[in-house]
Amino acid sequence: MERTIYREIKATRQVWGLAIILAGFVAGSLAAFFYVEHHGHIVTGMNNRIVWGLPHVFAIFLIVAASGALNVASIASVFDQKVYKPMARLSAVIAMALLIGGLVILVLDLGRPDRIIIAATVYNFSSIFAWNLILYTGFLGIVGAYLFAQMSKDVPYATTRKIGLLAFVWRLALTTGTGSIFGWLVARPGYDAAIMAPMFIAMSFAFGLAMFLLLTATLLRLSDRVIGDALMHRLGRLLAVFIAAVLYFTVVRHLTNLYTAEHAGFEYFTLIGGGIYTWLFWLGQVLIGGLVPLALLLLPGFGKSPKTPLVASVLVVIGGFAQVYVIVIGGQAYPMELFPGYEITSGSGLGGIANYSPSLPELALGLGGVAVALLAVGVGTKVLRILPTTLSDANIGQDPL
Amino acid sequence: MKVPTLKGADISRRDFLRSGAAVATATLAPGVTLMAFGGSEAEAAADAGKRWGLLIDANKCDADCDACVSACSTENGWKGEGNPETDAQWIRKITLQNTSTGREVTMPMMCQHCEEPPCVDVCPTGASFKRVDGIVLVDKHTCIGCRYCMMACPFDARSFIHEPVINQKSHAPRGKGTVESCTLCVHRIDKGGRPACAEACEATGHEAIIFGDLKDPESDISKRLAKFPSVALRPDLDLNPGVRYTNL
Repeated sequence: MERTIYREIKATRQVWGLAIILAGFVAGSLAAFFYVEHHGHIVTGMNNRIVWGLPHVFAIFLIVAASGALNVASIASVFDQKVYKPMARLSAVIAMALLIGGLVILVLDLGRPDRIIIAATVYNFSSIFAWNLILYTGFLGIVGAYLFAQMSKDVPYATTRKIGLLAFVWRLALTTGTGSIFGWLVARPGYDAAIMAPMFIAMSFAFGLAMFLLLTATLLRLSDRVIGDALMHRLGRLLAVFIAAVLYFTVVRHLTNLYTAEHAGFEYFTLIGGGIYTWLFWLGQVLIGGLVPLALLLLPGFGKSPKTPLVASVLVVIGGFAQVYVIVIGGQAYPMELFPGYEITSGSGLGGIANYSPSLPELALGLGGVAVALLAVGVGTKVLRILPTTLSDANIGQDPL
Repeated sequence: MKVPTLKGADISRRDFLRSGAAVATATLAPGVTLMAFGGSEAEAAADAGKRWGLLIDANKCDADCDACVSACSTENGWKGEGNPETDAQWIRKITLQNTSTGREVTMPMMCQHCEEPPCVDVCPTGASFKRVDGIVLVDKHTCIGCRYCMMACPFDARSFIHEPVINQKSHAPRGKGTVESCTLCVHRIDKGGRPACAEACEATGHEAIIFGDLKDPESDISKRLAKFPSVALRPDLDLNPGVRYTNL
């Protein structure tokens, strides 16, 4: 095993090309922002029943993935797995970048984004949302310090480990907070479940590692650097464990709901009769985001190929979006039980499954947030010594396959 | 009509600071003070010895009458644009059908002015707040438009202002990008009056909406509640709403 050398990526034509494409998406999101800001949310698909739409799906996916992307660094310094150490810096940068991308979307979707200073200065401490603002900003600060500690020659390794432990605990708190935004909404049958918090943590492990794998592979490829087959295989197996964990929590959540008669309606909606939401659940989350990547990673035929973890990661990201969509939009679309034993036959928009068709400005805003995150990763690896010159198995001390 | 513009604050600096983040009052047009629900002035008018509420008698509510909705709309300056999904609806008429007996009932629904309002719990900036007399309001100056209160409201009682608004009432400020709901006509109550819906309902002769002080055992509403069976919506959530229904 050799000493790891980190070098900035070179600004090749390819890198510039990608940066320009991403900047285009950012410009698109800004255009969408000003358009919605001028006309009001009437030009989006959101309404008084579906108050959080496609932008929030993107934002929550990115925020959840952000905390998960830090896992590689945590495994290195908290759990002392030396093989992961060369990737720890990148893991911290990706984590911060994804969080920033998600937060940008949330802020730009506010009805009054100009009042963000109020959100930053006035806290209602009984609000989990306010707690999340502290968790998000704290995450950026702690992970920033963690990155600095890793990169500085003057910070002893013991200190880095301590900051790493703090970052790990913080990231668990952060995802607990994100899950609880939904879990603590007692009035809605689609939410109101303590399992939301641990399920979101499992989701963050899977989404975060998938995003990490895809971004790392892309950066290495852009800069003509290698990643070892055995390392890829190892990360793939880890991803399989995380995918299984998400499926586990999903099964427990729905079985628990099915056991109680009062949740039967919501379960029927999600599992059988919910149209787009049912399709997204079974086809998107369970099949594309769960069973297929799990099979690819664990079956002996595919599992050994270094491409498999990347294919699985793409599927996990697609399935993850589907899952967050079903949770965020589906949970709002299903009506609250205001009058047990009665059906609302006329209610000026009250009752029944709520309608929602995502609009182009919402999509542009969401994609812009992703582009911000990717650009931030690119800039980070361009200006800082984040990316190892090689992640070959021999260099990082990984036993070959 | 010319759209009124904000022209500086008509309050002392101390009052401004005391109201914390809430900018409590501002001058909407010369001589007209904009009460923005959320600062010292709006709070000062509230009497902790009272708990304002409504009792709605579903038997007396006429399916073909929407006097309460029109009165609220006129009083507070909101109106539908023909799309119930995005329109402001501070109060709405709903019709229910019993799934086993087929019996139909009709009644108005609005903010239930909960004693334990989930919207207030979840609001990150504290823009959603409850006055000491039980009226739940939105401070229009500190609402950032995150809509988390709408996620939390068990009654779908809140509306997000999806479009630019014009012709606002000085006593009921509204703004694109913020959340709003029934104020129980707080501006009337603070002057000793009662909500426009209750007044309009009485004028039609139906008297399906009774307004009063739930803490005063001698009030009409308290006497009726003591005498006849009534329900709170979503009793499972234990929110103790100020709006009660009878003959549901």
